[in-house]
Amino acid sequence: MINASLPELRRALDARQISAVELATLFLDRIDALNPALNAFITVDRDGALAAARAADARIAAGSAGPLTGIPLAHKDVFCTEGVLTTCGSKMLANFVSPYDAHVVSLLKAAGVVSLGKANMDEFAMGSSNESSYFGAVKNPWKLDRIPGGSSGGSAAAVAARLAPIATGTDTGGSVRQPASYCGITGIKPTYGLVSRYGMIAYASSLDQGGAFGASAEDCALLLGAMTGFDERDSTSLERPTEDYAAALAAPASGKPLEGLTIGLPREFFAEGMADDVRATIDAAIAQYRALGATTVEVSLPNAKLAIPAYYVIAPAECSSNLSRFDGVRYGHRAADYGDLGDMYAKSRAEGFGAEVKRRILVGTYVLSHGYYDAYYLQAQRLRRLIAQDFQAALQHCDLIAGPTTPTTAWALGEKADDPVQMYLSDIYTIAVNLAGLPGLSHPAGFGADGLPVGLQLIGDYFAESRLLGAAHRFQQATDWHARRPACAG
Amino acid sequence: MSRSDWEVVIGLEVHAQLNTASKIFSGASTAFGAEPNRQTSAVDIALPGVLPVLNRGAVERAIRFGLAIGAHVAEKSVFARKNYFYPDLPKGYQISQMDLPVVVGGAITIRVGEGEQAYEKTVRLTRAHLEEDAGKSLHEDFHGMTGIDLNRAGTPLLEIVSEPDMRSSAEAVAYARALHALVRWIDICDGNMQEGSFRCDANVSVRKKGATEFGTRREIKNLNSFRFLQQAIDYEVQWQIDTLEDGGRVQQATVLFDPDTGETRMMRSKEDAHDYRYFPDPDLLPLMIAPEWKARVQAEMPELPGAMKARFMDAWGLSAYDATTLTASKEVADFYQATVSAAGASLATQLPKLCANWVMGDLAARLNKAELDIAASPVSPAQLAGLVARIADNTISNAIGKKVFEALWNGEGRSADEIIDRQGLKQVTDTGAIEAMIDEVLAANQKSVDEFRAGKEKAFNALVGQVMKASKGKASPAQVNELLKKKLGA
Repeated sequence: MINASLPELRRALDARQISAVELATLFLDRIDALNPALNAFITVDRDGALAAARAADARIAAGSAGPLTGIPLAHKDVFCTEGVLTTCGSKMLANFVSPYDAHVVSLLKAAGVVSLGKANMDEFAMGSSNESSYFGAVKNPWKLDRIPGGSSGGSAAAVAARLAPIATGTDTGGSVRQPASYCGITGIKPTYGLVSRYGMIAYASSLDQGGAFGASAEDCALLLGAMTGFDERDSTSLERPTEDYAAALAAPASGKPLEGLTIGLPREFFAEGMADDVRATIDAAIAQYRALGATTVEVSLPNAKLAIPAYYVIAPAECSSNLSRFDGVRYGHRAADYGDLGDMYAKSRAEGFGAEVKRRILVGTYVLSHGYYDAYYLQAQRLRRLIAQDFQAALQHCDLIAGPTTPTTAWALGEKADDPVQMYLSDIYTIAVNLAGLPGLSHPAGFGADGLPVGLQLIGDYFAESRLLGAAHRFQQATDWHARRPACAG
Repeated sequence: MSRSDWEVVIGLEVHAQLNTASKIFSGASTAFGAEPNRQTSAVDIALPGVLPVLNRGAVERAIRFGLAIGAHVAEKSVFARKNYFYPDLPKGYQISQMDLPVVVGGAITIRVGEGEQAYEKTVRLTRAHLEEDAGKSLHEDFHGMTGIDLNRAGTPLLEIVSEPDMRSSAEAVAYARALHALVRWIDICDGNMQEGSFRCDANVSVRKKGATEFGTRREIKNLNSFRFLQQAIDYEVQWQIDTLEDGGRVQQATVLFDPDTGETRMMRSKEDAHDYRYFPDPDLLPLMIAPEWKARVQAEMPELPGAMKARFMDAWGLSAYDATTLTASKEVADFYQATVSAAGASLATQLPKLCANWVMGDLAARLNKAELDIAASPVSPAQLAGLVARIADNTISNAIGKKVFEALWNGEGRSADEIIDRQGLKQVTDTGAIEAMIDEVLAANQKSVDEFRAGKEKAFNALVGQVMKASKGKASPAQVNELLKKKLGA
C-alpha cells in the first residue's frame, strides 16, 4: 500500500480492502518512524488526519467518494490551514495557527483528501536546499547526508520516502521541479494563475505558483486537477474551465504513443554547466522519448542566461514588500524586550527571520530604492519580457521543450550553505519558466554517478499541462525510473 | 517690504472617502463608528496569504469624478505599493496608484468672494487616484501603550491633487468647498468632515510678485474643516513671509496645524522623508476601463452644477448670482427644483424667480438660525411652492407671506392655503372696503393730510401704513397706494 499509485489506492479504498482510517494510520505510523531521520514534516496532524479519514470513509460508504477521497497528502507549510500551525518554515510564524484555509487547502478538503500534516520547507520558500528552514534541514531520502532540494524539500522528501503518497508544493523559481528532481519523484508547476494563491503565504507574488508532487505523472495529474480552478479572491487567478488532467492521460498507449510530438532541446541548456552524469542521463531519456515516437529539434533561448539575475532582482523586490506584514504587531514573533516602536520592529524581525530571508529583503529593499529602481527593477522586468518572448519563439518550432531540471544531482548538506550564489545557480534551468509564467514538470530520468536521481524537465506553452503530463506519462509507461524507491522507503 | 510684495501659491491634495458599502480590497463594511477592529476581515488585518480584490464600486466612483471634471479617465491605470512601516498599516505597504493614476487632468470653476468683489476662477487638477486608507493609532487610554483600530484600514479613498493654481487662502477654501459640493453632488463621498470623509492637505509656498519660479513649499497635513484650512494657510503664509524677510530660508517640510494655537509646526523635513519604494502591486492586474464602462457611467451621471446653472438662467430667467447660489450644493438645488416644479412654473410666470427669492432668502435665513440642513427643512418644497403661488396670484401680500411661512415652519397647518383660510389672511381687494378704510384713516389723521398737502412726501407713507394697519395687513399695498393718491388728489 505504501508504494501504491493513486488509482491503486482508489481501487483499494472503494473495494474496502483498506479503510481511509487504516490508510491514514499506515502513513502516520511511517511518519512517526521515519520523520525523525528525514525531518520532512514540521507538523503532524494525527487527530485532524484521522477525523478527515473517518469522514472520507463515510463518503465512501455513502457512495459519494471522488477520485481523491480518503487519499493521504502532505501540505507544504506555506499553505494556511485552519486550526493547524502554519509556520512557512520560519521562527517568525512558529506560533501562527491560521484561522482560515488557503483556497487549495479548502478545495482538497472538499475533495475528501486526508491531510497528514505540514511539510518542512525553506524559510518563506527562499532557498534551494531546504537548509534555511527554522525547523532544521530536510534530509534527502536517497542519501541522508544530501539536501532534498528546495524550497518544497519537505514535500518532495515525504513523497520520495513514502511518508505521503502525494504532496502540495509551491514553485517560485523551481521550488517544485528542483526538489522533485533531487528526490526522484514527479512534480509539476502549472501555468501562472491556474492555482489560486489565496492563503499561500507570498514570497514573490508574480512568480509564486502552487504545484503538485507525486510518484508519477498520473498521480500529479490527479492532484493538480483538484487544486486548480478560478478563485475570485485571487485577482491573478485565471477564469477558465478546469481540465481533467487524469482523463487526458487515459488515451490508449501504442508502440509509438508520442508520434507527432516535437520536442525542442534548447542549445543553451545543453552547453557548459551541466554535470557529465546528468548529461548522460538526460541524453538517454531523450533517446527514450525519440523511441516513443517523438522527434527532437534544437531550439534557442538566448536570454535564458539572464534569468537568474532578473529573478534575483524581481523576487527579492516583491519579497521585501510581501514580508513587511511580519512586524510583530498583530501575530507572529515579537521580541520579548524592546524600547520604542522602531526597536520593536528591528528586534522582532532580526530575531524572527533567518539569514537567507534577511539577505533577500535587503536586496529587494535596495533594488526598489529611489535612484536604483530603473536600473534594477525596471531592467529586470525588461529581461523578463525578453525571456518570455524567447520561449514563445522556441515554441513556434516545437510542442514541448525538454532538458535537465538541474545541472547536478543533490549536493551534500552544508556544501553551499556559505555560498548563496552557487546555490542560486542550481535553479538555472527552472527559473526562466517562472519568469515566463509557463508550466513546467520534472520527472525521474535515471540516476547519476553517485546513485542519486536525475530529473528531466519538460516545459510547455501556457495551459499545456495536459501535454506535459501526457508526455511524462507515456515515458513512465515505458520506463521504471519513477518506480524506484530509496532504501528507506522499501 | 510688505505683504503685498509677495504672491501666495497653493495647491491642495484632498482625500475623499468613497461611499462604497465595503472596503476597496475586501468585503468588510466601511460604516463609521463601530467598536474597534470589528470591521476587519482577514485581508484588512493582513493575515499571511491573503490577497486584495478591487472593489468595482470604488472604480465606478473614480470614473464618475473624472467625467464630472472633464478629465481623462485612463483606459489603463496601475496599483502600486507604497512601502513604509507603521502599526496601523497592516501590510507594511499602502496600495495606491503612482505612475498611472485612474484620472488625469480636469478642472473646476470656483467663485471666490462676495458681492461686487466676487470673481470666478478655474483651478486645474493634476490627477486623482484610488488608494486605501490606513487604520488608526490610538495613543490615549492605553497607559503609555498604543492601541490599533483597523476598522478604517482599507477604506477606499480618492486622492484628488490640484495644480498650484490658488493664490490666496480664500481661493483655496473656495476650491475645497467647490470640490466638497461636487463629490456630494455626484454622490461619491458623503463629505462628512468630522468623520474624516473629506480631508485636505495644503501645499503652500510664497514668492516675490513677478517671480517665475515657485518658492519652496511646505505641506500642511490633515486639515479637516474649511476654517482650519483658511487659518492654517494664513498662518503658514505669514510665517513663510516673515522667515524670508528675516533673511531665513524655507525648507521643504511636512507640517501639522494645531487648531488650539492656530499655528503650524514641523512634523518632518525633506531629509527625513520616507523612500516609499513604489512598485506595481503584483497581486493586482492593471485596472482596465473600457469605453463602454465609461459610457455607462456617463449615462447614469446626474446633471452637473454647471449645466444646471445654465439651465436655471436660460429656462427660468435667474440671474447668474441666483443660479450659482442655488447650485452650490445638491441639496439646495434639489429643494429649489422641487419647489419650482410643485409651483408649476414657467418662465412667463416669474414663479422661478419668486421661488429662488424664498429659497435663498427667508428659508435660508430660517434654516441658518435653526442650524438645520435644507434636507431637514420643516417646510417642504411643496409647501413653499403653495405659499409662493398665493403671493404670485395676489391672494396674499409678501408681508403676509412671511407670516404664513412662519406658520408653516411651526407646523400650524399643512399648507399655505389652510393657514390663509384659517387665519383669515386673504388679501382684501374690494375697492369699496379699502376706500372705506382710507376715509376713516384720513378723518383721524388730519395732521398728516395737512403735512402731505404742504409737500411732505413722508406723510403719505405714514398714511399708507395706517391704512395697512387698519386692514390688518390684508390690503394690497399697491392698491392702497393707488386709491389713497386718488383720494388726496395727488
